[in-house]
Amino acid sequence: MGLHAIFFYLFAFVAVASAVMVVSARNPVHSVLFLILVFFNSAGLFLLTGAEFLAMLLLVVYIGAVAVLFLFVVMMLDIDFAEFRQGVLQYAPIGALVGLVVAAELILVVGGSTLSPQAAKSVAMPMPDIAERQNTAALGDVLYTHYVYFFEVAGLILLVAMIGAIVLTLRHRQNIKRQNIARQVARTPETGVEIVKVKSGQGL
Amino acid sequence: MDSIFSTYIWPALIMVGHSLLTLVCLLVFIAFILLADRKVWANVQLRRGPNVVGPFGLFQSFADLLKFILKEPIIPAGANKVVFLLAPLVSVVLALATWAVIPLNDGWAVANINVGILYIFAISSLEVYGVIMAGWASNSKYPFLGALRSAAQMVSYEVSIGIVIVTVLLCVGSLNLQDIVYAQKTGLGTMIGLPNSFLDWHWLSLFPMFVIFFISGLAETNRPPFDLPEAESELVAGYMVEYSSAPYMMLMLSEYAAIMLICALTTILFLGGWLPPFDFWLINWVPGIIWFLIKVCMVFFGFAMAKAIVPRYRYDQLMRLGWKVFLPLSLGMLVIVAFVLKLTGWAG
Repeated sequence: MGLHAIFFYLFAFVAVASAVMVVSARNPVHSVLFLILVFFNSAGLFLLTGAEFLAMLLLVVYIGAVAVLFLFVVMMLDIDFAEFRQGVLQYAPIGALVGLVVAAELILVVGGSTLSPQAAKSVAMPMPDIAERQNTAALGDVLYTHYVYFFEVAGLILLVAMIGAIVLTLRHRQNIKRQNIARQVARTPETGVEIVKVKSGQGL
Repeated sequence: MDSIFSTYIWPALIMVGHSLLTLVCLLVFIAFILLADRKVWANVQLRRGPNVVGPFGLFQSFADLLKFILKEPIIPAGANKVVFLLAPLVSVVLALATWAVIPLNDGWAVANINVGILYIFAISSLEVYGVIMAGWASNSKYPFLGALRSAAQMVSYEVSIGIVIVTVLLCVGSLNLQDIVYAQKTGLGTMIGLPNSFLDWHWLSLFPMFVIFFISGLAETNRPPFDLPEAESELVAGYMVEYSSAPYMMLMLSEYAAIMLICALTTILFLGGWLPPFDFWLINWVPGIIWFLIKVCMVFFGFAMAKAIVPRYRYDQLMRLGWKVFLPLSLGMLVIVAFVLKLTGWAG
């Protein structure tokens, strides 16, 4: 228990501290790097609660893919951040409001299940014991067996969004040279080369 | 007091010792693999390669190490100092951290975790950060171009690597690396009545995936013919241009650790890990780690030969190969494998 608590406070402290740094860092690239640290420590927290699959997924999806895109965009954009920051305090009340709502919701969810243990039991699909069913398999049960249609629909929506984004941004330019690899490979000496006997001094 | 020692301190000591042993062995192994890479390359080009330090140049890597450490690290004036120095650290830590779950023999893993393969996939998807940070912090054109190329390349090929891994996992039914090796004890060979042999391993039953994984592995680790991030002819050394001495060595080391990881992963997923190639008393007597190392070296020999004999790809060809060839191919194979497993009931 002691070790568990030490690691919990370590991860939680680093996560919160770097979350503060995300909004207070002057350099936007540093902000994104701190955001990655937040994700990383949240993965550690997931791991402590025994949700190993979710922890790994957080690493793969958020850090491995989403944050890379963030970093790309922030590095490529040339924004004057001193000017960008001027109006920041103006929006502080809205930010505080959003934070308050999230905090209230968290307190309701977490506090609800601690105050009345009955509430936790009324969940439709309680998590099976880790000893008898592994985390990954239990999640698979829920996603691919009980809620397979919802899952498929969610996937379809993402696919539609992806195709939409591609259609919106794709500009197929006509007047440039493209490589047709199939045609190149299919070329033979018969079709590709013409052998000509040239008489010396005359040329073609 | 005694209970604290036996519950916390002793296991922690054992774990640290275990990790240190693995790391030291890995680093020494990488030193010789680096030499082997140069030797293979030299031999293909009818050169001798490094042959001065020690017999046959065996200690060349150690001489290089000394030189790297003793030289002065130069930080460019315009560089972002913290990120510049953090980048090699991040890459080397991530590259070495993956080795914690690799089972070198039956039960020989520092951490035998249930989601082992996912852990490797997650950590190796983070390796791109070392490259991006190095390229950005150098505050110079070539490193930044190299970093952008590398990031796009690594993210693209991760997709097909992921799908190949999923296909293997479908056949195994577990994310645990040891279970993946156990599952290869029986396979195509035993199905037609042969004794346990190398025909049971996944390389035969999933041959197209094996090929895709090998080539994607080359691209994922920025090895030639896909070494565009450090294409000497256009970008000098890509994201490593501004690095010198020990930070450069760390970037180099992390690159080779990642290459060894892909070799080890190929061995575990497709070549039966520590399993012996034949069921024969003399061969069974050889410890599993020897077989593991032999297989890793064989896969690395493939990597080295590819470096020596295949010309470099152009960037658009690389992207085409990743997205238009490997992705549909591996997705198609995934569907086929899933259907075959379901219809024949082999999935268990």
